[in-house]
Amino acid sequence: MTVQKHDVDAVTGTETTGHEWDGVKELNKPLPRWWLLTFYATIIWAIGYWLVYPAFPTLAGHTQGILGYSQRASVANELKAVRTAQGGLRELLAARSLDQIKREPDLLRFAMAGGAAAFQTNCAPCHGRGAQGFVGYPNLNDDDWLWGGTIEDIHKTINNGVRSDHKDTRATQMPRYGLDKLLEDRQITDAAEYVLSLSGKSADAASASRGQSVFADQCASCHGFDGKGNQDQGAPNLTDDIWLYGGSKQAIVESIRTGRGGMMPAWVGRLDPVTIKSLAVYVHSLGGGK
Amino acid sequence: MMHLDQYIMAIDKAAEAFPGVERLDARAVNRKSDRALYAGREKIYPKLAHGRFRTLKWLVMAVTLAIYYALPWLRWQRGPDLPDQAVLLDMAHNRFFFFFLEIWPQEFYFVTGLLVLAALALFLVTSAAGRVWCGYTCPQTVWTDLMILVERFWQGDRNARIRLDKERWGPVKLLKKGMTHVSWLAIALMTGGAFVFYFRDAPTLADELVAGTAPVIAYLFLGIFMLTTYVLGGIAREQLCIYMCPWPRIQGAMVDHETLLVSYKAYRGEPRGPHKKGQSWEGRGDCVDCKACVAVCPTGIDIRDGSQLECIQCALCIDACNDIMAKVGRPRGLIGYATIAKQEAAAGGKRLPLRLVRARTLLYAGLICAVCAIMLAALANRSTLEINVLHDRNPAYVLLSDGSIRNGYTVKILNKRHEPREFELEVAGLAGAQLAILGMEPHARIRVATDDLRELRVFVTLPRAELARLTQSVTPFALMVRDVEAGPGTLRATRFQKAPTEPGRIP
Repeated sequence: MTVQKHDVDAVTGTETTGHEWDGVKELNKPLPRWWLLTFYATIIWAIGYWLVYPAFPTLAGHTQGILGYSQRASVANELKAVRTAQGGLRELLAARSLDQIKREPDLLRFAMAGGAAAFQTNCAPCHGRGAQGFVGYPNLNDDDWLWGGTIEDIHKTINNGVRSDHKDTRATQMPRYGLDKLLEDRQITDAAEYVLSLSGKSADAASASRGQSVFADQCASCHGFDGKGNQDQGAPNLTDDIWLYGGSKQAIVESIRTGRGGMMPAWVGRLDPVTIKSLAVYVHSLGGGK
Repeated sequence: MMHLDQYIMAIDKAAEAFPGVERLDARAVNRKSDRALYAGREKIYPKLAHGRFRTLKWLVMAVTLAIYYALPWLRWQRGPDLPDQAVLLDMAHNRFFFFFLEIWPQEFYFVTGLLVLAALALFLVTSAAGRVWCGYTCPQTVWTDLMILVERFWQGDRNARIRLDKERWGPVKLLKKGMTHVSWLAIALMTGGAFVFYFRDAPTLADELVAGTAPVIAYLFLGIFMLTTYVLGGIAREQLCIYMCPWPRIQGAMVDHETLLVSYKAYRGEPRGPHKKGQSWEGRGDCVDCKACVAVCPTGIDIRDGSQLECIQCALCIDACNDIMAKVGRPRGLIGYATIAKQEAAAGGKRLPLRLVRARTLLYAGLICAVCAIMLAALANRSTLEINVLHDRNPAYVLLSDGSIRNGYTVKILNKRHEPREFELEVAGLAGAQLAILGMEPHARIRVATDDLRELRVFVTLPRAELARLTQSVTPFALMVRDVEAGPGTLRATRFQKAPTEPGRIP
């Protein structure tokens, strides 16, 4: 049992709350009534949310709210608004040829932006986020193209795919010289030495000269007698510095033995024509486009 | 702690209410008088003051309101393709125009500088002369004054208003009260209207607002500012200063014994009391307790209680008291601007000079000068041409078929001049480098429109022979943009990479 004592501030004559911070005491002043009413008003306002928006679970779902709001519908509306804001550029992109798109700056910018976004979603898993490629997946930034580097070539490659199930796919297959015993190991080594010499790398001269005849018999029909490749066949240029599967002797031997040949799906049917066009424009703009 | 025997004695004393009736030690914790969890607002009826400070406040109100309402209509020619509004926060184009100044979003530090200056000026003025900002120029004070002016026009001065509030509701009261609120709403509408003119070409927006074709956001902000003007200026008034505004709490740290404050000079006024004609003034103070100072106060305080949080120091009580002092034949200035130090000295019969120059004011003034100097220097050196270069990070470099290496850059050229310009882009400090811009012929001129930014994809290629001369995998160099017509170029440092910076698995 204690004697209750009110602590009254001497200066103001006002009772304190009894709370003290570093010698500073808080006066027990009443709240302004409007402040209290504002607090009640916010509570009433909050009840409004229950009525207007989906709020409470029911046995078969949840209350829908007066507005019938849903996040799905909201996103759909936003997408619709974005399509409207694009102001017919998509339709224009569908109607114009690739050559025309290149010459219209607004359309080009729109296609590049759309292509960049579509690339990250669909192409980056294999070609990398910067289109820099990996072993077996071509770098799309450089000036070396297996199937041609014009914007039309690129479009056809994306559209039809490489060794895909599309009827007009880019499709050739290098023979599996080693696995199918088409050449002996010694011949493969000789051919590899010759290929090394084509791009100015150091090679065993005797072996390379033996390999030259192997090359002329087996490889030249696709890669050309000078080894510069053939983009109609998807046969890479063997005289430059770009090696999809590596340019060491061991990597080249392995390529001749197994035949290599990666595949890319045909994107027609997976993506709409406007997106494929945008992708072609984007890939062409990366720096190596012809 | 009380000793037990003292405690028992204390209880014993109060133990019996009546012989045989025990007096219980119980306290009504919820007694009605202790139940003041909240308090209703006591309405204030400020009386019209006359005098030097009231005139000054009318003047300040006229000037500040004129600036606020008229500024968006002021024109300033900047040449074709650019808005001709003197002060415009152009949200659509991300530009802030202020007379000769034009600020891009990345130069917002100029606005920050202005805000820092404004804050320091506030500190300086407060430390010198108290809440001058609150009393004269704060929008809350100016608009409240305007709203009270309108209220006085329809309902009369203090006494008439008090009478009107006590009257029963009838047509006259309804008309007077109704017209007051209609006028307040009209002022609020104009205030909200003027606000949105700062963000869009005023004449165009005015037409759009009337025609109903203005952007929704314009109507929204007009509505918000109309509502806040009406509620805060017309209705809330002193409640905002006392309960919502943080500044009264902060300004206590700005004032000291040498700060001029609106003060009641107690040494002169006390002891106060009514004074009969012919009575001597000996042995009493000059205050006749007429409460004229209380009647004019817009925040409903008694200045004779001393400096207090609720006082916005509008100086109207000075005017009211001076009036009375003239009538009773005593010297003016019983309430006036005075420092605490001067009052203490005067109470002892001494006079002290005003000390406006002291460490605190010097510090604020010095800081203001420093910030001004920094901003002026920044403004004088503001370039009308900028180049930003972003080196591609993925891929950082690209090997080409002939063994050369190419790096990609995103280059942004900013033309801040009020005319279109043509530029050339060059590589500086990287021998043998070839420059190419996506979608442009080699050595083509880069045209950048008036007050605009142009983004380019730029490729820098080094042939195999030149690459061998680079000793490190990353070589610093610069891209330079030069106005075709005029003089020196602007450089931006960047880097050229020819190999991985760390051992990697790239063949």
